[in-house]
Amino acid sequence: MSGVLLLEQALNGLQFGLMLFLLAAGLTLVFGVMDMVNLAHGSLYMVGAFLAAWLVGLTGSFIVGVVAAVALTGLFGMVLEVGLLRTLYVRDHLSQVLATFALILILNDGVKMIFGTDLPLSAPEALSGPVELLPGLHYPAYRLLILGVGLLLAVLLYLLVQKTRMGALVRAGASNREMATAMGVDIKRLFTLVFGIGAALCAVAGSLLGPLLAVQVGMGENILILAFVVVVIGGIGSIRGALIGAVLVGCIDTLGRAFMPHVFRAFLPPQWASAAGPAFASVTVYLFMAAVLALKPRGLFPVRA
Amino acid sequence: MAQRAAAALLLAAAMAVPWVLEAMDAGYYLSLASRIVIYGIAATSLNLVLGYGGMVSFGHAAFVGLGSYVTAIMISEGLLHAGAHLLAVVAVTALAALLIGSISLRTRGVYFIMITLAFAQMLFYLANSVKGYGGDEGLNIRARSALGFGLDLKNPLVTYYVGLAVLAAALVALARFVPSRFGRAVLALRDDDVRAEALGFPTYRYKLIVFVVAGILGGIAGALDVNLQGYVSPNVLHWTKSGTLMVMVILGGVATVWGGIIGAAALLLMEEGLSSTTEHPEFWTGWVLLAVVLFARHGLVGIAASVTRKVLRQ
Repeated sequence: MSGVLLLEQALNGLQFGLMLFLLAAGLTLVFGVMDMVNLAHGSLYMVGAFLAAWLVGLTGSFIVGVVAAVALTGLFGMVLEVGLLRTLYVRDHLSQVLATFALILILNDGVKMIFGTDLPLSAPEALSGPVELLPGLHYPAYRLLILGVGLLLAVLLYLLVQKTRMGALVRAGASNREMATAMGVDIKRLFTLVFGIGAALCAVAGSLLGPLLAVQVGMGENILILAFVVVVIGGIGSIRGALIGAVLVGCIDTLGRAFMPHVFRAFLPPQWASAAGPAFASVTVYLFMAAVLALKPRGLFPVRA
Repeated sequence: MAQRAAAALLLAAAMAVPWVLEAMDAGYYLSLASRIVIYGIAATSLNLVLGYGGMVSFGHAAFVGLGSYVTAIMISEGLLHAGAHLLAVVAVTALAALLIGSISLRTRGVYFIMITLAFAQMLFYLANSVKGYGGDEGLNIRARSALGFGLDLKNPLVTYYVGLAVLAAALVALARFVPSRFGRAVLALRDDDVRAEALGFPTYRYKLIVFVVAGILGGIAGALDVNLQGYVSPNVLHWTKSGTLMVMVILGGVATVWGGIIGAAALLLMEEGLSSTTEHPEFWTGWVLLAVVLFARHGLVGIAASVTRKVLRQ
């Protein structure tokens, strides 16, 4: 196994991890501050991807389409929060599961009604070729774009949460919601905005991953669980934890998928190894979560006081 | 007494379903009836953990799916004896529930939700990888569990009645469990496990027992399901299956004896009715479920109870 291949897969892992982070950022705040299990978070990712595919096709410009889709999804998230999710914060986890599961059904079929079961979305023409990063290491330009956007948004989000007044209020809410409310923080209004930003980030992930994976109904269901795993590993309510957890999970998943089949080929027949490898890579992510929880029951960066 | 009579009446009605369908020339609905009964068993087993045990398990599909896979694998290897299937399903699901439960029960709250989900996901990916038994394409079985006396579950009537018998037994057992000494202890530790522990109840062990019993019952539902469908795929282990079972329990009524079967019947009938009238059944199902969350906090059993109360008062 060459170093170049390893480096390439590591970049892929980082890139997937950053996209997972965009999903997990909103999820961890809703989970941590509002104690809300939101299964419909993956649906926002799907909605964002479909809007992007539709708008890119309509406008003919990748950037315009994606930016518009991100803004629309953010708006949609805020409407959803005010119209429904807000009333669920005070309910128990079971009600939240039922309501957001219902929301998945509605959004899946709703998207199918409007757009059909899938839409084509391809990377912009100018970024379709590879870039030579190192001698011998050709990396797709589009994946570099995803990496760049992911890193930029991670830094922006870090500054927003750590350095601004709004971020301080969110952190206060995450560590103790009652106390923050007692101190005069209008958590309700703040959270509509936070939810909107979370939804917009989902749309960024959905529209950027769209050309690599596929824009189809149900695309949110599998990645949602990975995002939950990230949230739990990082510590519920912690943005920093979500970032580190997401990069770890992204790398484990990607590297596992790339190299596990080679490992298995050593002692399994080839067609078994090619199936067992990726499956075992997925299992590793969950084993990793179990190991983290066994050592640090509240995740890597516990927030709640 | 009145309740017992009502239950007996309901059982008689359920037993008459195949004849009624036959008489109405709607025999093809028998498989829907069987599906309702089988999902009713699975949802009832989840209700035991979720409602009575207070453990929000998001991985119950693991046990139902294991039951299906164990049965399907035995049948595809030529082992058809239903008794052997039952024995293997009970052994495997009990062992799995013991393992998953003993680890998961060390956590609580959302972490319990996540870790039970994680175990189910691991089994989902494992099932995807076993190429020898279908892998991600799933496994078709040609034969069915054989009960002896020339009866086997290939006959849809036999499947229906076996399912109904299991469901009835599970409901009777659940109704007896609630007022029993053990049942009251479990309810006590659901409501306040610190206090229950202080009173000397072995809370961890009691919870684990409930978890394992529910896992076994879920596995039996899975064994029946694969006999009904003739097919099993990793999808039976997907997290949305666990979610569907949870939805059935909450829809019917958490911690009520009838909640599981009522929720299963309501959801499956609604889906069936909607899919024959609209192109987008899930869309409308979602709205109905949302309405239940917002306006009927105790599920359908709760609605029925409050209506009965009002009628009795007048």
